[in-house]
Amino acid sequence: MAASTNGKTFKVIGTRPIRHDGFDKVTGRAKYGADYAFPGMLFGKMLRSPYAHARIKSIKFDKALALPGVKAIITAADFPVLPDKMEMAGEAPVNLAHLSDNLMARDKALYDGHAVAAVAATSAHIAEEAVRLIEVDYEVLPPVMTVEDAMKPGATILNPKLRNKEEGDKQTNVATHIQFRRGELEDGFKAADLVVEREFKTAMVHQGYLEPHNAVAIYNSDGNGTIWCSTQGSFAVRALSAALVGMPEGKLKVVPAEIGGGFGGKLTVYLEPMALMLSKKTGQPVKMIMSRADVLRATGPTSGSTIRCKMGCTRDGKIVAAKLWLAYEAGGYPGSPVGAGAMTIIAPYNIPNMLIDAYDVLVNRPKTAAYRAPGATNAAMASETVIDELADKCGIDPIDFRLLNAVVEGSAQTAGPPYKRIGYVETLEAMKNSPHYKSKLEGPNRGRGVGTGFWFNIGMSSSAVVNLHGDGTASVVIGSVDVGGTRAAQAMVAAEVLGLAALDVRPSVADTDSIGYTDMTGGSRTAVTTGAAVFAAAEDAVRQLKERAAKLWEKKPEEIAYNDGVLTTASDPSKKLTLKQIAAQFARTGGPLTGRASVNLRSVGPSFAATCVDVEVDPDTGKVKILRATCVQDVGKALHPSYVEGQMQGGTAQGIGWALNEEYVYDDKGNLRNFGLLDYRMPTCLDLPELETVIVEVPAPNHPIGSRGVGEVNIVSPPAAVANAIAHATGIRMEVLPMSPPRLLKAILNKRNGRESHAAAAGR
Amino acid sequence: MSKKTVVEATINGETMEFLCEPRDCLLEVLRDELELTGSKEGCLTGDCGACTVIVDGRPTCSCLMLGVEAQGKKIDTIEGMASPAGLHVLQQKFLEHAALQCGICTPGFLMSSKALLERNPSPTEAEIRYALAGNLCRCTGYDKIVRAVMDAVKTLAGARAA
Repeated sequence: MAASTNGKTFKVIGTRPIRHDGFDKVTGRAKYGADYAFPGMLFGKMLRSPYAHARIKSIKFDKALALPGVKAIITAADFPVLPDKMEMAGEAPVNLAHLSDNLMARDKALYDGHAVAAVAATSAHIAEEAVRLIEVDYEVLPPVMTVEDAMKPGATILNPKLRNKEEGDKQTNVATHIQFRRGELEDGFKAADLVVEREFKTAMVHQGYLEPHNAVAIYNSDGNGTIWCSTQGSFAVRALSAALVGMPEGKLKVVPAEIGGGFGGKLTVYLEPMALMLSKKTGQPVKMIMSRADVLRATGPTSGSTIRCKMGCTRDGKIVAAKLWLAYEAGGYPGSPVGAGAMTIIAPYNIPNMLIDAYDVLVNRPKTAAYRAPGATNAAMASETVIDELADKCGIDPIDFRLLNAVVEGSAQTAGPPYKRIGYVETLEAMKNSPHYKSKLEGPNRGRGVGTGFWFNIGMSSSAVVNLHGDGTASVVIGSVDVGGTRAAQAMVAAEVLGLAALDVRPSVADTDSIGYTDMTGGSRTAVTTGAAVFAAAEDAVRQLKERAAKLWEKKPEEIAYNDGVLTTASDPSKKLTLKQIAAQFARTGGPLTGRASVNLRSVGPSFAATCVDVEVDPDTGKVKILRATCVQDVGKALHPSYVEGQMQGGTAQGIGWALNEEYVYDDKGNLRNFGLLDYRMPTCLDLPELETVIVEVPAPNHPIGSRGVGEVNIVSPPAAVANAIAHATGIRMEVLPMSPPRLLKAILNKRNGRESHAAAAGR
Repeated sequence: MSKKTVVEATINGETMEFLCEPRDCLLEVLRDELELTGSKEGCLTGDCGACTVIVDGRPTCSCLMLGVEAQGKKIDTIEGMASPAGLHVLQQKFLEHAALQCGICTPGFLMSSKALLERNPSPTEAEIRYALAGNLCRCTGYDKIVRAVMDAVKTLAGARAA
C-alpha cells in the first residue's frame, strides 16, 4: 500500500515483506555469539565477589593454576590502570577508569557479583572447578543499598575519590545533581486549585534479554586481535576493549554476531576484554559465556529510584506548577539515567512553573546500564499517575486532561529549546479513537488506566554501502546490528530508492573493518540514522547510474531521470534503460557501481506513546490480571509495520513486567536473592493478553523518510497506565513498583481496615 | 577428571554416537559435541525454554537432561524441523507473522509449538498460551508468536480437510 510522508509516496516502505534473515533464524542456522567455535579454543569463567561491599586484601590462585587443563588466570592487576577520562560509548559518556574497575574489581568489590578474577581452561567445567579453588581474602564493609541511605549525612562512602560540584571537597555518594527550573514555583502552586503530592519508589529491574553475554576472542602475538560477540555496538566494543586491554584500537576487529536481545544492556563490555586478555595470555582462542545468575548479578540493570512529585492544576484542568525530586541508583559507579528521567518526567506538558532536582547516587548494586528509554519509565510512573489523579479530581477524562496541557510544535522542552514538529496531540487523539478506549469496561474489581510517555530518540553516526550487481539486484552493507528486523528495514530503504523489490536487496551487517564507523543499535536511532545513511548511499548509486546513462546517451546527468528502476531522459523518449539493462553493461560503462554514505544526525524527531490497559484485581490475593492492552505510538514513518508493531508490543510487555512483577530483591547483606529467571519474574505468554497497536505517523522533519525512533518510548507509560487502572479498580493509588501481589494485597487490606491507603506503607 | 561415556541416540532421524562426560547436559552435547547450535542457552536452569528439544515426543529443556540420559532416545531439534522441500508450516508462519525479533528464543518456541500440535492438532488460544508458557520471549510480548501458531493450526486443519 502506498503511503505519504513528507510529501513522498512510497512503494516498498510501509509494506511487510518476509525478513531477509528470517530463514536462518527459524532453522537454527543463524550464528549468535555463543555459536562460534575455533580449533584449540579455551573456555573462560569468572570468579565474582560474594559480598556487596568488600576490600580485596589478597587473591591466591596457585591451587587453581595447578588444576590440569587450567591455562591462565587473570585479575585486575593484568589490566592497565586507566586515567579518569570520559569517552563516548553507547548512549552515554563513559569514564574508562570506572569501566575498568567495573570490569574487574581492583581494590574494592562494590556489589554482589563484581568480577574478581577470570580463568581460561580446556573446558568450561574445568574452568568452573578452577574458579572454586581461587582464594580471596576480603575485608567485608557495610553495604549501602538505597539512595536514602547513600544520601544520609555520615553514610558509608563507596568511592572515597568521588566529589560533586556542590559539596566541595566533601566525600559523597552523590555523583551528580542536575536542576531544571522555569517560572516561579511558589506563585504557580498559589494559583492551583488542586494539588497532589506523592513519593514513589521503583525497584531496580533488568533488561532481561534471553541471550546471556558472550565473547570469543583471539589475540595474535603480532598484536592483532579479533572479537566475535553479541553486542548492540561493535564499534563501542572495539573502542572499549582496546582501551581496557591496552592495545591500539586499529589492531582490533570486532565481528558482531547475531544478538539475542539487548534493550540497552549490550552497549558496554563485560566479557569481551576479559576473553581478549585471556587469549593474549594463552595464545589460544578463548570463549566466554556468562551464566544467567551472573547476567542478573553483574550486568546492567536499570536504576531503582525514589521520586517525589508535586503538581497543581486549576479546576478547569490547566497544570500550573510541578515540583519534582528524583534520586536514581547508579550502582557502584556513577551513571544512572536520572538526567533523562528529569528531562522526560514532564516533557509532554506545558507547565509554566517547575523545579526539577535530580541526583545520581552510588549504591552497592551493579553498575546500571541503559534500558529502553533509560530513566523515563521510572519518571513517568510518578508524573503520569499524579496527572491521572489530578484529572480524576477535576472530573476530566484523562486523555482530555492531557490534551489541555499537551506540548505542540514550538512548546518549550524541559531543557529549554522548543520542540519541532511532534505528534503528542495526534497520539492522544488516536488513543481516544482506538477501539479499546471507545469500548466499555464493566464488572467488579476492574479498572482502566491510561498513561503517556516521551522519549528523545538520538541520531549519531551511521555508514552504509549499496552495491549494485550485474543482474540488476543490489546488496546493502550496514554497521548496525540487527536486533529485530533491522536488515529487512534497511533493505527496504535501499529498495525504495532503487526501485527494486525488498527481496532483491540483500542486506548484511559488517564487522568493524568492513564498514565505516556506525554507532550502536540503540537510542531508537537505527531505523532513523542508518536509514538515512542507506537512503543517501542508494541515492549516491542512483546519481552514478544517471551519470552512466548520460554518457551512453550523450546527455548531461541532470537530464536523466530515474524512476521505479528505469532510466529515461525527457528530451529523447526513445532512450530507456532498466536497472537490469544498465547493470549488464557496468563493465563497459565504468566498472562496478557502489553507492556510499556516512551521516551524522544531530537532530532527530522525538517520540510520544500512550498506553491503555484494562485490569482485574483479585481482592483476596492482590494479583492483577491484564485484560486488554493497547499501545499507540508516533513513529514518524513505519518502515516495516510488522516489526514496528513488534517493538510496540515488546515495550508494552516489558513495561507490564516492570509494573507488576520484576524487581531486584536484595537481602540485608546486599546479596541478590532472585538471580534466576524463575524468581526474576518476567511476563510469560500466559500473563499477557493480545497486545493491540495503533501506529501514528507524524513525519519527523529533516529526515528523508520522516522516521522517528521506534524502539523505546513504548516502555515508558505501561507501569503508570497499570497503576492508574489499579486505582480505578480499587480506589488505591499505588506509589511503588512493582505492584506485585503482596504489595497490592497489603494496600487492599490497609484500605479495608480503614488505614492509610498509601501503598508506600507496604514498603519496597 | 571424569571419564567419558559412549551414548547412542536417534537425533533428527539419524542414529548417532557421541562421547560425553557424566556431568554434561544434553544441551552441551548438542551444541559442543554435535555442533547442533540451533538449540540455545538462555539460563541453564530450565526457566526460559530456549534449549527446548523434543525427546520421545515430549518437549524437554535440554539443559535439564544429562547427555547420558539420551541413550536410546529419539531426539528432535530445530535443525531437523525443515525438510529439503521447505520450511515446516510453523516456521513459515513465524516468518509471515513477524513472530521473531532477535530470534534467540525462536528455536525453542518452534519446538514447543511443534510438540503441542503433535499431541493436540487444534488447540485454542488459551491452550497455545498454556503450552508456550515455559518459553520466555523478551522481544515480542508473545502476541505475534501466538498469532503465528494459531494460523499454522488453521493451515494444518485446512490441509487435513482437503
